[in-house]
Amino acid sequence: MRRLALIVLLLALPATASAQSHGRQLFLEGCASCHGFDAHGVADVGPDLHGAGASAADFYLRTGRMPLDVATGEQPLRSKPEYGESDIRALVHYVGSLGGPPVPEVHPERGDLPEGQSAFTTYCAGCHQIMGEGGVVTGAVPPPLKDATPTQIAEAVRIGPYLMPAFDEQQIDRRTLDSIALYVQRVVKHPPDRGGWGIGHIGPIPEGMVAWLLAGGALLFVSRLIGERTER
Amino acid sequence: MRGAPRLLPRRQAPRWAELAVLWALLLAAAAAAAFIAVYALGADTQWLGLLLGLAFALLAVGSVVTGKALVPQEQKEEERRSLDHDMDDLDIAVYVQEADEGITRSRLLKSAAGAAGLTVVGALLVPLASCGPFLDVEQLRRMAWRRGRRLLDDAGRPLRADEIAVGAMVPAFAEGVDRKRLDASLIVVRLHEADLRLPRQREGWAPHGILAFSKICTHAGCAVSMFRYPLFSPKVPKPALVCPCHYSTFDPARGGKVIFGPAGRPLPQLPVTVDERGELRAAGRMSGPVGPSWWGVQEG
Amino acid sequence: MIYRLVRYVDTRTGQAPVLKKLLRYVFPDHWSFLLGEIALYCFVILVGTGIYLTFFFDPSTQQTIYHGAYEPLRGREMSEAYRSVLDISYRYKAGLLIRQTHHWAADVFLVAITLHVLRVFFTGAFRKPRELTYYAGVLMLALAMFEGFAGYSLGDDLLSGMGIAIAYSVVMSLPVFGANLALLIWHGPFPGTTEFFSRLYIAHVLLVPIAIAVLLTIHLVTIVFTHHTQFRGPRAREGNVVGIPLWPGYLFRSLGLALAVAAVLFLLGGLVQINPVWEWGPFEPSQSTNGAQPDWYLGWLIGALRLMPGWEPHIGHYTLIPNAFWGGAFFPTVVFGFLFAWPTLERRITGDRGYHHLLDRPRDAPWRTAVGVGFFTWVGMIFFAGSSDRVFVQTNIDYESQVHVYQALVFVLPFVAAWIAKRVCEQLLRSEAHPLRGPGGGRVRRTPAGGFERQSAGKTFSE
Repeated sequence: MRRLALIVLLLALPATASAQSHGRQLFLEGCASCHGFDAHGVADVGPDLHGAGASAADFYLRTGRMPLDVATGEQPLRSKPEYGESDIRALVHYVGSLGGPPVPEVHPERGDLPEGQSAFTTYCAGCHQIMGEGGVVTGAVPPPLKDATPTQIAEAVRIGPYLMPAFDEQQIDRRTLDSIALYVQRVVKHPPDRGGWGIGHIGPIPEGMVAWLLAGGALLFVSRLIGERTER
Repeated sequence: MRGAPRLLPRRQAPRWAELAVLWALLLAAAAAAAFIAVYALGADTQWLGLLLGLAFALLAVGSVVTGKALVPQEQKEEERRSLDHDMDDLDIAVYVQEADEGITRSRLLKSAAGAAGLTVVGALLVPLASCGPFLDVEQLRRMAWRRGRRLLDDAGRPLRADEIAVGAMVPAFAEGVDRKRLDASLIVVRLHEADLRLPRQREGWAPHGILAFSKICTHAGCAVSMFRYPLFSPKVPKPALVCPCHYSTFDPARGGKVIFGPAGRPLPQLPVTVDERGELRAAGRMSGPVGPSWWGVQEG
Repeated sequence: MIYRLVRYVDTRTGQAPVLKKLLRYVFPDHWSFLLGEIALYCFVILVGTGIYLTFFFDPSTQQTIYHGAYEPLRGREMSEAYRSVLDISYRYKAGLLIRQTHHWAADVFLVAITLHVLRVFFTGAFRKPRELTYYAGVLMLALAMFEGFAGYSLGDDLLSGMGIAIAYSVVMSLPVFGANLALLIWHGPFPGTTEFFSRLYIAHVLLVPIAIAVLLTIHLVTIVFTHHTQFRGPRAREGNVVGIPLWPGYLFRSLGLALAVAAVLFLLGGLVQINPVWEWGPFEPSQSTNGAQPDWYLGWLIGALRLMPGWEPHIGHYTLIPNAFWGGAFFPTVVFGFLFAWPTLERRITGDRGYHHLLDRPRDAPWRTAVGVGFFTWVGMIFFAGSSDRVFVQTNIDYESQVHVYQALVFVLPFVAAWIAKRVCEQLLRSEAHPLRGPGGGRVRRTPAGGFERQSAGKTFSE
């Protein structure tokens, strides 16, 4: 039995080693120019990744925010991830090996929806808007949340990317985080639009556009049909 | 005088028009009946609106076709009557003024009537004064915070200093005070102590870099619920508290100074201290009046 | 049968001659004269749907715990007012339809009034003898804006609650007595007590509707007395009215318009969501959401509040002018002041004190059109500035830059627009008075869009 275990271990070792070296390889190719060859950061260009953790790498790579395709200092935006699944895993493994929090575990199904609504209002709505449609803060655009997976929500909450504040477990505990993720899953991604076409869920701006363009347009058209033009 | 109506060439009301109106009315009735059925059977808002709207639209079609094609089309021309009745206006003015005849103290009586009328109307309006404590503007200066009052977090538990990490944004309230009061709510943030640039008289107001500010914007009373804090510093905007209503931006490092936006006063800062249990308490009063400015606001 | 009915009424009221005149009353039938009617029918629907809503709405800020159908708010503390709006939306069968129709009617009411005011202004319809009609109308515009604001604020949801806080701040900002007035209205410092809600409610369902109804009556009666204006035409001149008699032609047209308005509003009310208060959650003074906006017709005020730089002059112990005063009180006063003063101003400037029953085309009064274009451009720019944060979201043009650009443009663009408008008017007039000759000898004129069109045929080269 022990021999079997030893053989398995010996076989697994190169795999982990190669995973780490594959991750490091990718890092050197794609990340080191900003984050340094030793991942200790480059002054004024890219931060030190020691202590950032697998969580940060997972978040930034999976949402396509990294590699950065805007100038340093501009807001990293969600885009199509540059790397495929196995490459992402390798990079996450490598960055994780530099220390820092692992990819968080989040269980929306264990959350409480009313608690999620309340917590989201208190902590998130000011920037991301109550329906997660995204918003504005002077200097950045807190993004809309409908493409965010529960894991990404949890990661962002703990990391505080770009200009977002960070919320640790003492502030938003795991249960509350589950609830917030549940709120995003259930309400943000499937807005309860009982009234019909949701027109953006941000309130009066699209409503005014509908009033002018749809209603105003229709009624002007009807007026033209009913009334006459100037006698010539 | 009145012109005779000029009938446009009168022909038989076109058949298409008669049929169109008939169909429009019948279909409108059907839509309305469907509305009633849908209402009774479960009432989906979208279907209700569609059916009722359709019913009205069809009625509208019926009415417009009736007006523009079915009934005799007439164009009428009519003379306008003059609006000037100079002599009548003068007669009225003279007639009204004649009531003055024979009254010696007419001007005095008119003034007295005016004064009496005004005071009586004034008297009738006076009970409106009970609508609110309008003379007691000192109420607006009341402070929920005084030395020693504990800060509570959103869940109602005492807020501990060690729970607040650098870069965190923590809403807080005054213990024992109605949360709905504008002066009760705070937004607590934490910066690196080295980054603080507080005015000299506020030394010690921010233990460990923990800064507490009134959450109510000094511009128009909205809750300041945005905190921007850079994860990686160079070339990005520095930490700030931002209000989502009109984007007044306050610099916490410098004690809530306004750095952008329409706010005319800095965000009031509350000095805090950490007690022996590690809980945060107010160390004094707010640096300035809470909430939107008014006439009596004296900024320190 | 109709004869018998008319006979019955006439023998009891003696009004047959009046009725006869009424039925033959002539309506000039240009399509742009229907805009005011659209507003009227929106008002009728507002009253009808509003009455239905009062059967279910509870204007109380008493706190309660929600146990209704909308899951994300179960167990949440909220006011009875908010709870009753949730019930209207989720519990009662046609509640949401009627509620949304009511709200769409309010938005469209103001669209119609705005278009109508623009038509009246740019055609000079406010001139003697119609000043009274005009003043009643401008007052109704102001009341309609207030009414809409009060209406959507009754729901006590997060978005409208933020708006009430801002309204409180604007009242507070009035110099000298602002704070006293605010304490009076709110029954104490914000958020005030449940009495404030009672007042908002009674203002919205009784006081303002009565005021609007009275002004509307004055508006319509003065129109009947002065008879409607009309555009110049082959038979239309100052001294007559040319059009369609009320019966049967105009009545069916008007009725058709009324039904069309009802159709549009009910279709919107069922198919397009408006103000989904359950998505916003209940209001708490210590909470806010990004992207909060007032309803569209108050967008000019949020623009003004956002654009104003942070001046707040003090003297000694007093804050002379709190910042919110400029955007929230001063700006609307200037705008409405202009609207009220314009008929008198125009009369003074032009020296024209005569009766005017014929309308100007905008080009016929280049100065008025230029001033109007400049003025409405000014207001319009400030209006658009109010949504520049969402423009930032869509286009990435950063917010602070937009604000600075607007702050500069707001003083420049109105004058540029006015100058352009005046030139266009003069060009159009000139092209009519001195028409160009086309190659074959026919007349060619400028169109309002800037191009050229043949007005009368001339000979072709082959003739």
